[in-house]
Amino acid sequence: MEFLSNPIGVIRDWLAGLLSGFLPPDAVSLVLVILGALVVGALGLTTPLFLIWYERRLIGRMQDRVGPNRVGPEGLFQTVADALKLLSKEDITPIGADKIVYNLAPIMAVVSVLTMWAVIPLAVNIVGTDLNIGVLYIVSVGSLGTLAIMLGGWASNNKYALLGAFRTVAQLVCYEVPMILALIVPVLLASSVGVANPMSMQEVVAAQSGAWHEWFLFKAPIAFLIFFIASVAETGRAPFDLLEAESEIVAGFNIEYSGMKFGMFFVAEFLHAFTVGALVATLFLGGWSGPFVEQAPLLGVVYFILKAFAAYFLIILMRAALPRIRIDHMLDLNWKFLVPIMLAAIVAIAVTDKALPRATVGPLWNAVALFAANLVVAVIAVNWTSAAARQMRQADESRNPPGAAPAASADHGHDAPAPAASHAAH
Amino acid sequence: MQESWIFIGVFLLIAGIFPATPIILQSVILGPKKSNPVKNSTYECGIETFGDTWVQFKVQYYIFTLVFVVFDVGMMFLFPFAVAYGQVPAFMLVAVVGFLGIICGGLIYVWRKGALRWV
Repeated sequence: MEFLSNPIGVIRDWLAGLLSGFLPPDAVSLVLVILGALVVGALGLTTPLFLIWYERRLIGRMQDRVGPNRVGPEGLFQTVADALKLLSKEDITPIGADKIVYNLAPIMAVVSVLTMWAVIPLAVNIVGTDLNIGVLYIVSVGSLGTLAIMLGGWASNNKYALLGAFRTVAQLVCYEVPMILALIVPVLLASSVGVANPMSMQEVVAAQSGAWHEWFLFKAPIAFLIFFIASVAETGRAPFDLLEAESEIVAGFNIEYSGMKFGMFFVAEFLHAFTVGALVATLFLGGWSGPFVEQAPLLGVVYFILKAFAAYFLIILMRAALPRIRIDHMLDLNWKFLVPIMLAAIVAIAVTDKALPRATVGPLWNAVALFAANLVVAVIAVNWTSAAARQMRQADESRNPPGAAPAASADHGHDAPAPAASHAAH
Repeated sequence: MQESWIFIGVFLLIAGIFPATPIILQSVILGPKKSNPVKNSTYECGIETFGDTWVQFKVQYYIFTLVFVVFDVGMMFLFPFAVAYGQVPAFMLVAVVGFLGIICGGLIYVWRKGALRWV
């Protein structure tokens, strides 16, 4: 029973007892830390074997075809076969490439994603390490991925790769702003619930484990949506896959990569998408919390995986359903829509939560008020944006009346200051 | 707390070793080694590549990255507020709304200046 409620702790104590016979206590704790890191790392790197199969089958279904189904039951071992093929390929470094940087980039891409799993809690007592600044750690480690893509594209000595890398600078760097802004909201709400250390991932989950209305998804739907969109943009997948854009710049930053180095970029991309799902589940969907989780903490792992896969499924659906966005539209969406709305939402959430605190109106009405505040911000933002769009369209039509030659796309960057006013209202 | 950071350090090391292992395995042991100049040449469109890749490139959106740096530094100041939010009096909201107002002012300024326009 003890084992079922806290398996990691039991194994840990048993190993510590075993090792303390012939090792000094400091060495014992170091060995335990290394073992823990090995387990988390191995788990993190083997999941893509399954994720790639899952995504290829789903995308196949969505595109009305079967997907990989030959190797193993339902094609489950397809990824293993692919990995073996990649392992047996020749290692090619293009002439004129910057060798050290070229070889370092795929490793760095994986490191930036894998290290996030150090702080993502799987259950109440199953977590790599409960870092006291977990949320900030996620931000800092996640931004390494941008660097890896930039290094890979630059070091390849290929013009398409360099173009793809330049696009990452614009895209990944800009989408970090709404992502970080949206990450402030779970910390803020956890702090308002009253946990001791709202930056730690474990306590963000603990703050949501009361009732269904404690989920930050209901308290801050705008932050959830914007975090989701910005994180998907950070992974560089469709509809934000401008950095690889097969039809425009061949394969972007990873065109010169082959064999296992390409495989590592591939693994990093798929693991990143699932990590986004896991982060969304942890920060907004209550992580491991769910019914009966106090009695049987291991159930938390099941809840967590279900929630993470639900979010991951949404990411795959986006990839299958949406076309690639043009780069100027993408930057407009970021700076002129997501960032102003997120700033307004932070103010709305902070003010509403102080005006109707949990202590006086109770948790349920506090959550209802927060949801209403988010709704108001969303309605204002959408109305303002559609009004601005209508204005732009009319200006467009008066300049180029319908029936005349199609308008040049020069005025897509037209500076209508409309959505900015939405935060001026607060 | 110290153990947490030791874990992070060890994990960073392991996260680097794990992806490096298959790459080294492939390039040193398993993969064939029959390179020739044509195979190793840069692949662009089929014709031979010409000119230097690492030339000065007109990065049309360097302004975006400048704006990003300003915003990113600003964002970091919001985290202390978010952490302390549960304990501080409601008056602190005035300070934070003022701070966000300044950030918004900056955004409106760059917007009006046309810095957010794709050129």
